[in-house]
Amino acid sequence: MSAAMLSAVTRRDVLKAGAAGAGLVLTIGLAGCSKPGGGASGERKLITTNAWLRIGTDNSITFLCARSEMGQGVYTALTMLIAEELGVDPTRIEVEFAPVGAAYVNALVGGQLTGGSTSVRDAWQKLRIAGAQAREMLKTAAAKQWDTAASACRVENGEIISPYGKRLRYGAVAEAAAALPVPTDVKLKGPDDFQWIGKALTRLDTPAKVDGSATFGIDVKLPGMLYAALAQPPMLGGKVETVDDSAAKSLPGVRRIVTTGSGVAVVADTWWQARKARDALKIEWDGAASAGLNDGSILRGLRKASQGAGIVARKEGDADSALRSAARVVRAEYELPLLAHATLEPQVCTADVRADGCDLYVPTQSQGAAQAAAAAAAGLEPGQVAVHTTFLGGGFGRRIDVDFIPAAVEASKAVGKPVKLLWTREDDTTHDNYRPPAYDTVAGGFDRDGKLIAWKLHLTGPSITARVFPGAVPAGAVDPFAVEAAANYPYDVPNVLVDWVPHEVGLNVGYWRSVSHALNCFVAESFMDELALAAGQEPAAFRRALLGKQQRYLEVLEVALRRSDYDNPAAPGRFRGVAVMEGYGTYMAQVAEISLVDGKVKVERIVCALDCGQTVNPGIVTAQVESSILFGLSAALWGEINVQAGRVQQTNFHDYRIVRMNEVPKIETYQVGSDNPPGGIGEPATALVAPAICNAIFAATKRRLRSLPIARHKLA
Amino acid sequence: MVTINVNGTDRTVDVESDTPLLWVLRDVIGLTGTKYGCGMALCGACTVHLDGKPVRSCTTPVGSIGAAKVTTIEGLSPDRSHPVQKAWIELDVPQCGYCQSGQIMSASALLAEKPQPTDADIDAAMSGNLCRCGTYQRIRAAIHRAAQLQGARS
Ligand code: FES
Ligand code: FES
Repeated sequence: MSAAMLSAVTRRDVLKAGAAGAGLVLTIGLAGCSKPGGGASGERKLITTNAWLRIGTDNSITFLCARSEMGQGVYTALTMLIAEELGVDPTRIEVEFAPVGAAYVNALVGGQLTGGSTSVRDAWQKLRIAGAQAREMLKTAAAKQWDTAASACRVENGEIISPYGKRLRYGAVAEAAAALPVPTDVKLKGPDDFQWIGKALTRLDTPAKVDGSATFGIDVKLPGMLYAALAQPPMLGGKVETVDDSAAKSLPGVRRIVTTGSGVAVVADTWWQARKARDALKIEWDGAASAGLNDGSILRGLRKASQGAGIVARKEGDADSALRSAARVVRAEYELPLLAHATLEPQVCTADVRADGCDLYVPTQSQGAAQAAAAAAAGLEPGQVAVHTTFLGGGFGRRIDVDFIPAAVEASKAVGKPVKLLWTREDDTTHDNYRPPAYDTVAGGFDRDGKLIAWKLHLTGPSITARVFPGAVPAGAVDPFAVEAAANYPYDVPNVLVDWVPHEVGLNVGYWRSVSHALNCFVAESFMDELALAAGQEPAAFRRALLGKQQRYLEVLEVALRRSDYDNPAAPGRFRGVAVMEGYGTYMAQVAEISLVDGKVKVERIVCALDCGQTVNPGIVTAQVESSILFGLSAALWGEINVQAGRVQQTNFHDYRIVRMNEVPKIETYQVGSDNPPGGIGEPATALVAPAICNAIFAATKRRLRSLPIARHKLA
Repeated sequence: MVTINVNGTDRTVDVESDTPLLWVLRDVIGLTGTKYGCGMALCGACTVHLDGKPVRSCTTPVGSIGAAKVTTIEGLSPDRSHPVQKAWIELDVPQCGYCQSGQIMSASALLAEKPQPTDADIDAAMSGNLCRCGTYQRIRAAIHRAAQLQGARS
C-alpha cells in the first residue's frame, strides 16, 4: 500500500467506475464437484462471465466475494449489488470467497483487503458495472438466437425475455455470452429502479449460522490434518533461548515439536493433546527487548514526545497566535489506553505445504498479505500459495495482520501434512496488535464576545500504518489513520490546528474498529462539552451553532436530539450526553442516557442517528450500528490492556470484559436517508460512545473524565 | 475409550477421560458447530445440552458425562426448524456468527424450561454467552419471538 494509495482512503470522491472490464478473462471451466439437480450428466459447466460471476449451464449463479465476511454483512450486501444489475434475486446466488487476484484489489486501500469500512464504497460502482456487463452480454447472446435486438430484450430474475415474450434462462446462453466482447458503457439503474438495493433482505449467510454449518477458520478439516498449539513468548518481543521438550514429546498424540519464528509449535493428533503438550514444554525466553516496558513508561514516553513539534494535519488561520491573544483559553490533556480486539474466534490458520505449493485456509482480512506471509514462511513464490478465505469469527481489524500465519506454515512444512494451528484465548489476548494508546493536548480560545476563535489539537501516538505497511508513511508525513475525527473537525472556528507527533511505544499496534476515530472523537467531542461549559451554553445548542451550514451533521444531530427527547428534562436520576462525528463518509450523532448505581455508570439508552448516504441493506446498517455501539461501550466502560515488565496483564474475558446481555442498553438507530454516495458503516458508531457517555457523566457528577476506561475513575 | 451419546447416537472415542467434551466433539467426532472462545466457561461459545440442560463443553471432561445425552447445534433440528432457529432467521440475528451456536443452545434450553421467559429470565439465562459482535438486542427479540412460535406449535 503506497502513501498515494493510502491518501485515496481519505478522499471523498473515490467512487469512480471500477475497472471491471479490465480483468475479464472469459474462460470456460468445469465445476470441480457436481451439484444435485445439475445437468443430466450430474455435471454442470460453469462459465466465467467476469472476475465475479460464474454462470452454470444448470442456471446456477455463483458470485465470487472478494471481501471477507466478519459479521459486517458483505456476503449479502455485495451480492445484492451485483444481483441488482444482473437481474437475479440475490437469494438465488451462491456465494464463494474469491481467491487472490488483481481484479479483487480494493481500490480504496490498494490491496485485496477488507477494512476501513470500504467494502461497499469500493464495490458500489464496480460490482454494479460487473453485473450490468454480464447482463448485457447475456441479453446480446439471447437476442442473437432470436434474431432481434438486445435493446428490445429485458431480464427478469435470471431469464432474458424477448419482445414477443419468449424466455431463455441465463444458463442457456452463458457460454455464447462469454464469447462476446465486454460492453464498456453500460447504463446503471437509478435509485428509483432498484429492486433489491435499499431493502432489508435477510442476510444470505444467516441459515448457515444458525445450524452450525458455516465454516470458520477453526472448523477447517483436511484429510490427514494434524493440530498445533503454539508456545509464544510470555513477554512482548521475546525470543526462544532454549527448549526442553523431554516431558512434552512423550505425551499422548504428540507428533512433532517445531521451533518456528514466532514460538514453539507442538503438532499432535488433536488440538487438546497439542495444547497439553505445549504447556509441558520448558522454554527459556530472552525477554530483554521489553523488560523495561510498562504502562508508566509508555505514558511517560508519550508525554515527553508530546512536547515536540507535530506534523500538521490541518491548519486554518493561526491557532497559536489566536490562542495567545484570546480573552479566555481552555486547555486539557486527554489520555487513552491500549486495547485488544478480542475476536471471539481466536487467531487460527490451516496450512497444507507441499514441495510445489501451499494451500492456506484462513480467516483473514488481507488475502494478499496472507499469501505473501505464507510464501515467505514456506520458501515458495506467492503465486504458489492459494488462499482460501473462511468465514471470520470477528475481525475488527485484527485479521488485517497476518502474524498468526507463518507458524502454521512452518509447522505444516516440518511435518509434511496439513496443520491447523489455533491460538488459545490467552495467546490471543496477550499477543494482539493493540489499539494504540494516545496522549493528546487540546486547547480552545474565546474572544471577548465569547466567540470560539481558536481550536488546537495536538496528538501524540504511534503510527499503525507505518507498522503494518512499512514505508507507506514517509518521514514527515501524517498517517491518515492517526488523525481521523480530528482533521475533519466540523465546527466553524476561524483558527484550527491539528498536528500529530508520531511516537512508537515499544509494542505492535494495530487497526482496531474505527481506528483513530475512537481515540480522537473521545478527545474532540468531550472537549466540545468543556468548551460549551466555558461558554455557558448548553452542549447540543453550542454544537448546533458552530455547525453552520453543514446540513448532514445538522440533520443527524437534530434527529438524535428529537428521538432522545433531549429538549425535555431526563427522568429523575437519568443524565444525557451528546456526540457528533463524520467517519468513513458517514455522519452520525449519538445521545447517551445514563444513571449512576452505587457510583457505577449504568448506560440506559443510546440513540444514534446517521446518514450513510445510499444504503444497500438497512437491516445490516442497523445491525452494524448496534454492534459498533456495544464494541465502543465495552471499551469505554472497561477496556484497557496493561503492560508490566513487558508482559500483557489481561488474559481472558474475566479481566478483559466484554458487554454481556444484562449490561446492554436500549439502542435505537435512525437512518436518515440521503442520495449521497454510500459511506462506511462497519465502524464509525464505535467512536461516539465514549464521549457521549462521558458527557452524560459530567451532567450527572460535574466530573470530567479525560482518560478511559470509565472504570478507572471513582465516581461515588 | 469413552462412550457418549451425542445427538442420539452412541459414540465410542479413544481419548483420555479428562479431555474436554468440546474437543471430543470438534476434533474427534467432527461436529464443529460447537465453538471454542475462552476455554474457561467465560463466553458460552461451546454451549451444548446435557440431558437438556445447557453446559459449557470446554470445561466438561468427557469422562464425567456417563449416560447423559449430549445435544449439539447439529442435533437441535435436522432442518433449522427449531423455533429458536426459525426466530433467529426471521430476525436476522447473526453477524459473524461465531457465538451463535452457543447462543441458540442457551436460548433453546431456556425456552424448554420457561416457555414464556421475561426479560429478567433472558438476562439470567443468556448473560454467560458473549457476543463480541453485539447481537444481543436481536437475540432478546428473537427469544421472545421463538416463545411465540413455540407456543403456536404446541
Ligand atoms: S469456550 Fe467454553 S465458555 Fe468459552
Ligand atoms: S455474532 Fe459474532 S460473536 Fe456473536
